[in-house]
Amino acid sequence: MLTPGTEDELAEILRGANGPLSVRGGGTRHVPGAGEPLTTSGLRGITLYEPGALTLVAQAGTPMAEIEAALEAEGQRLPFEPMDHRGLTGREGTPTIGGAVALNASGSRRVQAGACRDSLIGVRFVDGSGTIVKNGGRVMKNVTGYDLVKLLAGSRGSLGVLTEVAFKVLPAAATQATLRLSGLPVAEAVRAMSAGLTSPFEVTAAAHDGQAGETLLRIEGMEGSVAYRTVELGHVLGDFGGAEVLDADASAAAWLRIRDAVPVAGAGDIWRVHCRPSQAAALVEAAAADAALLDWGGGLVWLRVPAGTDLRAALPAFDGHATRVTGTGPDALPPEPAALAALTSGIRDRFDPRGLFAGV
Amino acid sequence: MEMPKVDPFILSRKDELVARLLTVLPDDGVIHADEELRAYECDALTAYRCPPLAAVLPRSTAEVSAVLKICHEMEIPVVPRGSGTSLAGGALPTADSVILGVARLTDVLETDYDDRIIRVQTGRTNLSVTGAVEADGFFYAPDPSSQLACAIAGNIAMNSGGAHCLKYGVTTNNLLGVTLVQMDGTVVEIGGGHMDAAGLDLLGVICGSEGQLGIVTEATLRILPKPEGARPVLIGFDSNEVAGACVADIIKAGILPVAIEFMDQIIIRITEDYAKAGYPDCEALLIVEVEGSEDEIDEQLALIKDIARRHNPVELRESGSEAESAAIWLGRKSAFGATGRVADYMCLDGTIPVSELPRVLRGIGDLSDKYGLRVGNVFHAGDGNMHPLIMYDANKPGDLELVEEMGAEILKLCVEVGGCLTGEHGVGIEKRDLMSHQFNPGDMEAQMRVKDVFDPKWLLNPGKVFPLASIAERGA
Repeated sequence: MLTPGTEDELAEILRGANGPLSVRGGGTRHVPGAGEPLTTSGLRGITLYEPGALTLVAQAGTPMAEIEAALEAEGQRLPFEPMDHRGLTGREGTPTIGGAVALNASGSRRVQAGACRDSLIGVRFVDGSGTIVKNGGRVMKNVTGYDLVKLLAGSRGSLGVLTEVAFKVLPAAATQATLRLSGLPVAEAVRAMSAGLTSPFEVTAAAHDGQAGETLLRIEGMEGSVAYRTVELGHVLGDFGGAEVLDADASAAAWLRIRDAVPVAGAGDIWRVHCRPSQAAALVEAAAADAALLDWGGGLVWLRVPAGTDLRAALPAFDGHATRVTGTGPDALPPEPAALAALTSGIRDRFDPRGLFAGV
Repeated sequence: MEMPKVDPFILSRKDELVARLLTVLPDDGVIHADEELRAYECDALTAYRCPPLAAVLPRSTAEVSAVLKICHEMEIPVVPRGSGTSLAGGALPTADSVILGVARLTDVLETDYDDRIIRVQTGRTNLSVTGAVEADGFFYAPDPSSQLACAIAGNIAMNSGGAHCLKYGVTTNNLLGVTLVQMDGTVVEIGGGHMDAAGLDLLGVICGSEGQLGIVTEATLRILPKPEGARPVLIGFDSNEVAGACVADIIKAGILPVAIEFMDQIIIRITEDYAKAGYPDCEALLIVEVEGSEDEIDEQLALIKDIARRHNPVELRESGSEAESAAIWLGRKSAFGATGRVADYMCLDGTIPVSELPRVLRGIGDLSDKYGLRVGNVFHAGDGNMHPLIMYDANKPGDLELVEEMGAEILKLCVEVGGCLTGEHGVGIEKRDLMSHQFNPGDMEAQMRVKDVFDPKWLLNPGKVFPLASIAERGA
C-alpha cells in the first residue's frame, strides 16, 4: 500500500506512476477502482482550527472522529452531519474527512444546512500529472477564480488525490428535540415533512422510516427556542395525527440511525435515489423495495432491493438520479446524457491525462 | 486596463454578422446602431468603457443557442450581460464582441412550495424572485445590495453573496439546477429540482465562472420559509480591535446571527451626515441581527448584549419596534450612496480570516496615510468580507491610477493574511492582474483547463478573470 506522508511525496508518487492507482482514505465508503493501492491515511492532522472564525482546515486523511472531537471541544460541529457508511457497506476501516469530501457525503441536516460541498471552502489536491493545486482557501466568502472546490467535492477521486480540505463549521446546538408521527403512508409522510420544512420553525432534519412506520422531524437550538418550536411545530403537524416528542437523548439516538441509513441495512443491494420530495412516494411504490427510508424531507430515498435488481429500470421518469451504494448489480453511478458525458470526460482527461484514476 | 487585441477581420464582418443574427432573432432583438450600442459600453465599473460590435436580446433558450452557434461559427467573442451591475467589469465588452443580454428572459417557469424550489429565466431580478413567492411566506436568500436591479444570471456568473450569507450561504448554496447554453450552441441541463446533481459538480464550477463557461438561461433556486421575525442590535465601540474581538466572541458563544455588519468612524460620520440614522459618533459600530419568534430573539439578544457589555461598548441599542429596526439599518443601507455624495470611490471586496480584522484595518489605515486617500470601511464582519471604500476625485488626473494602485496593495494584504482578492463581486477585469498573487501557475492552469473543456476557442467573456499573458496560448 502506497502511503505518502506528505503532499510532496504524494506528488512524486503520482509523477512517477505508470499504471492505474486505487486511491482511498479509510476505504469505508465505496470500492476504490482497480490498481495499485494508495491511501491518504499518512496525511493526517488538523492544520488550523479557529473557533472564532468558524474555520477548520485538516489534512485529507484525518480520521473523521478526530475532527469531530476537536470541534465538540469548542462546542462546534460540521454542518452537514457526515454519515458513517460502515453499517451499510460492512467495511472495516476509519472514515476520513477526505473520503467524506470525495463522496460529498452528507447526512440528515443536508436538507437545512446544505451538503458537504456547501461547507467546503478550500481544497489542496494533486492531479493526475502530479501537479499540486490549491483552490478556495480558509475564508467562507471567496469568488476568486473558478470554484474547483465544488468540482473536487463528490468527484470520487477521479480528478486528483485530495491532500487538504477546509471547512466552514457552525456552533453545535445546545439541545434538540424530535417530533415523531406514527403510521403514515409514504405520501402522507412526505406531506407532513413538507409542512414542517415550509414552516418558519427551522426543522433541521425530516425523515420517514418505512419499516418502523414512523416519521421524524428534528428541531435544534437554544433551550427556550427548542421548547417553543416543538410546540409550534406540533400545531403545524396537527393534521397528521398526534406527534410524540422525543427528548434530546432519544432524538440524538434516532437521528444517528437515520444518518447512517441503518433502517435499510440488510441482505440485498442498497440504492440511494435523489428526487424531488413530491416524487418520493411514487418512486417508493414503483421500486417495490424490501426496505425504504426517506431522508431530507423525501429528497433522498434509500432503498434495499434483491441483489442484482436493475432499480433504474423499475422507476418511472423522475427529476433526479439513482446510485447503487452496495452490491454488484447494474452500473453504480447514474448514466449521463451525451452532452454532460462529453463535459465530464473532457474534464477527467485534462485532470488525469494518463488515466491513473480511470478505475474510479 | 489592457484588453485583448481587437481583431480587424471581425470588425470588417459586422454587416454579415448582423444579417445572420437577424435570421434567428426579430428586429428588436438585435442592436447594431452605434448610438444604441453606447448603452452597453460598460457596467457598474464605469471607469472602463468600450461599445461592442453588436448586442442581442434573446427571448428564449433556443434563441440564445442560435445566436451562440452563429458567433461560434464566425469565431466572434460573446460577452454575457445580466443587468450590468458588476462592480468588477464582468460585462465589459471588447470592440469586436457581441453582448448577449438576458434582460428579456424574465419569466417564472415553476414554483413548488412542497419541493421548496422556484425555476426562473435568469434575466429576472434577484428581488423579483423573492417577490414571486413572498406573498406565500417564502424568500430567496442571497441578497446582494444591488438586488433591486441585478439579474439572477449575473448572480450565478459571479456567485453573488449579500448581507445574510453567514446563515443562508451565497448563490452557489442556493442553486439546484441550470439550463446552460455552451458557446457552440449545445444546450445542457444540469441538476434540477432535486438536491445534489449527479456526476461531477459542474453546477458548482459554473456558478462563479463569470460567464466564461456558458450562458445560463434558466435556473432552479432553493426558496426558504420566511422567519417569524428579525431584530437588530446596534453596538458602538471606541476601537476597531474591540469591535473585532466582540464579533469573534459572539461567534464562539454558539450564536449564529443572520448578519453582523461593521462600520468604521469615517463611514459612520459620512452616513450620519446624510441619513441621520442617529448613530453614535464612535470608532466602530456593529449591527447584529438575529431571527426567530419574539422570545427566541430575546433569548439570543440577551446573550449578545452580555458579550457586548464585557467589551465596554460606548453604545448598546436594541430595537424595540419595526421603526427602530429600520433606523438601525438605515445608515448601513445608505452607506454606499452617502459615500458617493461626498466623493468618487472605489469599492474593494477582499475577504480575510475574521481573526485578522484588527491587523488588516491597521494596514488599510497605514496605506491611507501613505497614499493620502481617505478610506472608509463597511463590511460583513461575520464572514470577513471587507468593503473598503477608497475615496478620490475622478476629475483629478492621476487619481484613478493612484486609487487602483492602493486598492491592489489592500487586496495583496488580504491575500497575505490568508484571505482572498474577492468575496462576492468577482474578478472581472478589475482584479484580473492580481490573480497571480493568490494563485501560482499550476493553480490557474487547473482552472483554465475547465474553460478549455466548456469553451475550447475561448470566445466567452474575453479578457476577464485570468491575466492576459497567462492565456496567450489558449483557444488557438
